[in-house]
Amino acid sequence: MDDKAIIATKELTKRFGGLTAVDAVDLDIQEGKITAIVGGNGAGKSTFIKMISGVYQPTSGQVFYDGKPLPVGDPLAVRNLGIETIYQDLSLIELLDVPDNIFLGREKYRKMMGFRILDKEFMLQESRRIMDELKIRIPSLSLSTGSLSGGQRQAVSIGRAIYWNAKVIIMDEPTAALGIQEKSKVKELILDLKSQGVTIIVISHEMSDVFEICDNIVVFFQGQCVGNKEKEKTTIDEIAKLIITGQGLN
Amino acid sequence: MSEKSSIKNFLIKRWSLVFLLILLAFFSIFGTGFSSIANIQDIFLAATTTMLLGIGQTFVIITGGIDLSVGFTMGLSSVIMATLVRDLTANGVLPVFSILLGIGLSMVVGIATGLVNGYLVAFLKVPAFIATLGMYGVAYGLALIRSGGFPVGNLPAIVGSLGNRYLFYILPGEFFSLLHMPEGVEPTQLRNVMRILPLVVIVVLIIAGLFIIILSKTQFGKHTYAIGGDEDVARRAGVKVKSHLMKIYVISSLFAAMGGISYTFRFGSGNAQAGAAQMLMAIATVVIGGASLYGGTGDIQGTIVGALIIGTLQIGMVFLGVQPFYQFIVIGLIIIFGVLLDQLSQRKYLEIT
Repeated sequence: MDDKAIIATKELTKRFGGLTAVDAVDLDIQEGKITAIVGGNGAGKSTFIKMISGVYQPTSGQVFYDGKPLPVGDPLAVRNLGIETIYQDLSLIELLDVPDNIFLGREKYRKMMGFRILDKEFMLQESRRIMDELKIRIPSLSLSTGSLSGGQRQAVSIGRAIYWNAKVIIMDEPTAALGIQEKSKVKELILDLKSQGVTIIVISHEMSDVFEICDNIVVFFQGQCVGNKEKEKTTIDEIAKLIITGQGLN
Repeated sequence: MSEKSSIKNFLIKRWSLVFLLILLAFFSIFGTGFSSIANIQDIFLAATTTMLLGIGQTFVIITGGIDLSVGFTMGLSSVIMATLVRDLTANGVLPVFSILLGIGLSMVVGIATGLVNGYLVAFLKVPAFIATLGMYGVAYGLALIRSGGFPVGNLPAIVGSLGNRYLFYILPGEFFSLLHMPEGVEPTQLRNVMRILPLVVIVVLIIAGLFIIILSKTQFGKHTYAIGGDEDVARRAGVKVKSHLMKIYVISSLFAAMGGISYTFRFGSGNAQAGAAQMLMAIATVVIGGASLYGGTGDIQGTIVGALIIGTLQIGMVFLGVQPFYQFIVIGLIIIFGVLLDQLSQRKYLEIT
């Protein structure tokens, strides 16, 4: 399965009015690998992944998943195919508790007199299981997530992604708001997921993290994909130059 | 969480319940004859319309929106029902059928209003305040045109009789009758007959119970809170935000239509002005009930308490011999108080996060 592309984009483009945020990007994401997407602010990284996750409707172009066109503009359909996304803002509803957030959009229910009644007990227990698996201690899962710490919220967000046995997990700046200890925990978790065969796409600003855990490094510059390198065959200097100028060495 | 702060949280969330109990105690002490079964029923009766519109409004406010059109949608529905029943009966249609058709058409009008509101808010991104204010005018105008500006009367007597019927009629030692006053009761005895459980109240409480379950125990309810909590996040998680909002505004308008239907039954007539005061009341019940106008919180139980406060004020003021007009001032002030309290708790919330 070494060089198989699990996600492939063809001429993927997004315009906001006159601004071209993502410009005809052709990119193959290899299955079972950790791919980093790097680039300066406004390079189009977040817009790019939001087109994959179904939040944004592409202006033109296509996304293929396992060789088949991926539904566009429908986040739930994308999630149901096994692609989960952890957004930079963590995408938690702060007034709702942990199980509500983990199961949002995919609530578990049971039938009661023909009604579909939420199975709160099941969702609570499953949430506890997944948080235990991540070795995250949260005082009470029925607290609103707004009252949790940054690391705890990050854990809930990650827990939500892995609970659904995703084949692909997309992470937008997963370590940006974390302390050193929490950072290394997230990195550990990413490597752990990889060993279970999960494909990871991670947007990051931190070059040392990128070189520590990733297999492939993709560089965005002004909406275009200007580089797709194997880590072993590149250097921090080359990547840095691509990020800043959009051109490789020599 | 310490015991003390959980009591404090309960009071911030449920101050209305305490307030209701204080009101009831106050009127019981100072209003002679206030605390009787008949009177408690009157409070519920006075609260039914507000309760109906308030329940619909609860859904809207939890999503972070507001529906200003409910009062006149209620008036329009009552006019539509009353005119149809009047005209069909005049043309020889059996009252049963004309009433059923009247209810049906009234609901259709409610759904239509809700669809327009929902489409404007969800798809065209018109602020809810403006979209529903527009429909407030449209519904009022349509109701005035349809009714010619006058109350719609000449309905078959059965309409008003159904609307004011009780489940039990009891004269201790004499009779116990279900759903109707027995024949041949002496006029002198009539005022001693106990009338227990008004039908309108029973129907409204059943509907309320059903929607409490929908809001608190179903996916639909959870998504309602999620949209109010953060619309973008809900969308990313796969909640169909636009169609959900459409449904929310339809629910609100349907409750307004039910308010119009219950008005027609209770007063035996239709009136474009039927719900003129109800916009204030419906929003008040929700705010008093502890919902935040920022969205994401609130429940129907709170709204019911809010409606009972308004009913208690209306009936209680009669007992104290105060002009009922004062209720608007009191309710207006309570809304402002409720929102101030909410802001206070929001600020506290923002400080800890």
